[in-house]
Amino acid sequence: MSVLARPASRRDLLVGATLAGGALLVGCSPAAIMGAGAPRTDYGAFGPYIRIAADGLVTVVNNHIEFGQGTHAGLAAIVAEELDADWSKIQVAQAPADTKAYGAGPAGIQGTGGSSAVRDAWVPLRKAGAGARAMFVEAAARRWGVPPAEITVRDGVVAHAGSGRQAGFGQLLADAAKVAPPTSPVLKDPARFTLVGADRVRRKDAQAKSDGSARFTQDVQLPGMLVAMVAHPPRFGAKVKSFDAAAARKVPGVVDVHQIPTGVAVTARNTWAARRGREALKVVWDETKAETRGTDTLAAEYRALAAGKAPPPEKAKWEAFEAKGTMPAAPGGEAFEATYDFPYLAHAAMEPMNCVAQVDGANTRLTFGSQVPSLDQLNTALIVGALPGAIEIESLFAGGSFGRRANLQSDYVAECVRIAKAAGKNVPVKLVWTREDDMTGGYYRPLTHHAVRITLDADGYPATWRHRIVTQSILAGSPMAGKGVDDTSVEGTKGSPYFKATPVVDAQALSPRVGVPVLWWRSVGATHTAFVMEHTIDQLAKRAGMDPVAYRRTLYRKAGAARHLAALDLAAEKAGWTSPAPEGWTRGVAVHESFGSVVAQVAEVRLADGEPRVGRVVTAIDCGTAIAPDLIAAQMEGGTCFGLSAALFGAVTLKDGHVEQSNFDAYRVLRISEAPTVETYIVPSAAAPSGVGEPGTPVIAPAVANALLTMSGKPTTALPFVRG
Amino acid sequence: MALTLDLNGKAVPVTAAGDTPLLWVLRDELGLTGTKYGCGIGQCGACTVLADGAPIRACSTPVSALQGVKLATIESLGGAHPLQQAWVKHDVPQCGYCQSGQIMSAVALLARTPKPADADIDAAMDGNICRCGTYQRIRAAIKDAAGLAAPAQGAAA
Repeated sequence: MSVLARPASRRDLLVGATLAGGALLVGCSPAAIMGAGAPRTDYGAFGPYIRIAADGLVTVVNNHIEFGQGTHAGLAAIVAEELDADWSKIQVAQAPADTKAYGAGPAGIQGTGGSSAVRDAWVPLRKAGAGARAMFVEAAARRWGVPPAEITVRDGVVAHAGSGRQAGFGQLLADAAKVAPPTSPVLKDPARFTLVGADRVRRKDAQAKSDGSARFTQDVQLPGMLVAMVAHPPRFGAKVKSFDAAAARKVPGVVDVHQIPTGVAVTARNTWAARRGREALKVVWDETKAETRGTDTLAAEYRALAAGKAPPPEKAKWEAFEAKGTMPAAPGGEAFEATYDFPYLAHAAMEPMNCVAQVDGANTRLTFGSQVPSLDQLNTALIVGALPGAIEIESLFAGGSFGRRANLQSDYVAECVRIAKAAGKNVPVKLVWTREDDMTGGYYRPLTHHAVRITLDADGYPATWRHRIVTQSILAGSPMAGKGVDDTSVEGTKGSPYFKATPVVDAQALSPRVGVPVLWWRSVGATHTAFVMEHTIDQLAKRAGMDPVAYRRTLYRKAGAARHLAALDLAAEKAGWTSPAPEGWTRGVAVHESFGSVVAQVAEVRLADGEPRVGRVVTAIDCGTAIAPDLIAAQMEGGTCFGLSAALFGAVTLKDGHVEQSNFDAYRVLRISEAPTVETYIVPSAAAPSGVGEPGTPVIAPAVANALLTMSGKPTTALPFVRG
Repeated sequence: MALTLDLNGKAVPVTAAGDTPLLWVLRDELGLTGTKYGCGIGQCGACTVLADGAPIRACSTPVSALQGVKLATIESLGGAHPLQQAWVKHDVPQCGYCQSGQIMSAVALLARTPKPADADIDAAMDGNICRCGTYQRIRAAIKDAAGLAAPAQGAAA
């Protein structure tokens, strides 16, 4: 689930847009409101996604951010396939913010999330490519006086075999641009694909990202630009009471000091001066409304809630997210009970949050790695008093995000815009967060607790399944909040094939209000639900005395979960599940569906100095039609490392409301000596493409826990595996 | 007092105060933005440059300490260095932000150990964090550039 799949509340957006522009926008969709005020744009003959130059060079415009997941290549390949362009000559450009042209998905918002880029682009970009191809064919047919049906296009060359004529896109460009675009272009039969699904679909940005020339927000330099750093409060919810900037203003290079809602900003001529200036600030904080609980306290409160030993706090209540059958008052048979605790996690992208803004009243320009341009426009518009569509955003590469840059309040963007507004008319300001700002700045994967009680039937399979989840809601309080349980809190437990295979299910969730800001973190709810479901299943299999792969197969058959079964079978076969693991290694298996894709993994695990080490990880993924197999493999490798890093080491803890980790010395992350070797196998499928960027993340943690269960007989009841 | 750096084969005067970390001189004063800020405390390696051929962390090395030292940044490799070619061939980068530092650490490794074993790669590259998890391809690309057999890459049906 993501911001993109969930239409914003029209009323909230309407209020926002009305306040911003002074214009009343009645009866508009959220996307229309976000696009209101946009300048008229001429996208050229082939529409907003395709530009073709006089030399025949094709540029595909990517409406999604490129932050590692490979949209630059994936989306370009879809266009190139239908256009029959020469893949080696395709270029990719980043789309500017333009909701009307580049909005996608059910809500029509321009942004990236929920592993949706390729899924949402599949049909529109095929049509764009096929439409442009038809225009070239028509142009050639008219020029050569031959029937269009006799014309072929291959690698950017339009040809007529009968007359031996041929021409490149460049030579036909002027004529093709005059052909009316077909209203319903004919798409290729997938059996005729020559590029989609081929190994030669590779990254388009590898060179720039290997020679230092790729441009990130951090690298933006504009004439007269100031660099800003902000002193943030020591606890979430605290505000500035007073500050003394005298010493800061004396630091050479410091230009000004501004109080803003999120703290005190120092602007300077360069980054180091901004940092020194911030160090010299003296700020007194008003902490009367600050969150002062620590994570030990919160975890204890969550456990008491789930165990029914504490009543729900004010404004929170238990809500069912799956229920079937009637839970007996005292379910008979053998019962299995387990609880699981998950910490807050920081995204800790390599590039800490940053943004460049230039404000001249309603003319506001942002330059940065914008993950959800539509929202960033809206939130900026509210500050500067403009219509959202009028906010100009040039989007750059981002040095990772993992969800952090898709902030519903555009937190760091808004901070930058406020500083730029205070800095003066049209003065460019680059807001730089240090690693410490980034790591202590909140918007974590929520602290989460699960409690399960399962009774088993005579064959050792679940007969009743009671499930309780306590976690902060990510969407609560945002324009995206819906009614009832926040899906992002429960997805993966909700919809589990194990629930489908269980006659009686009582699954409820409760979301307490806590002052620590939370956000989606690569694979979102699945970061904890996959662990709970998959580690529980192995414990049930062990109790039943059954092989965990065989146990799952039975449940998947009961549930009709054919894709789970196929992915599991492929991973088990390639891993050699039925043969002994290599000497010194123990295997663990896990399977999970997220973002429309099913991933199965078999991990080989050993202990080294008391810490789990993961070697070979065999991964099978069903992601529908595979556009770019090598990029899918890369996402499985990277997603596995991201999930394993958190499972082994990841934890943000708070003591009396103070975040205890501020940099990589205390927030340990996976390094090369600890990285596994991931093998990726793709389940053949003709279905539409589904997610790839996130589904590789949540499966490794339970696979490792299941290997440790086999190794030691002991279950894992809390993450991370390595603490202290 | 003005300082002079021996940077990428040229004598480069700089105006920054001597206690300024090399990273900010490179990025803000000299416009060499290939070297990245990641942590500021020498923990992540995104700012790795070479000092007389050895990898150092530019974020925590004051520029005054580098007088008379031959400095090399990612820009000095020219884009077609064997390691850069291997990086492209193996599609190593994902977000790409850490890769300048990764490559500079790898350059130092191969200069010292032309045919590195896995343990050599672990030791030389463990100071460079990649949050995208490109480690497996970094290892393959280093081996490839070293003329060693690189493991198979990509997906299989």
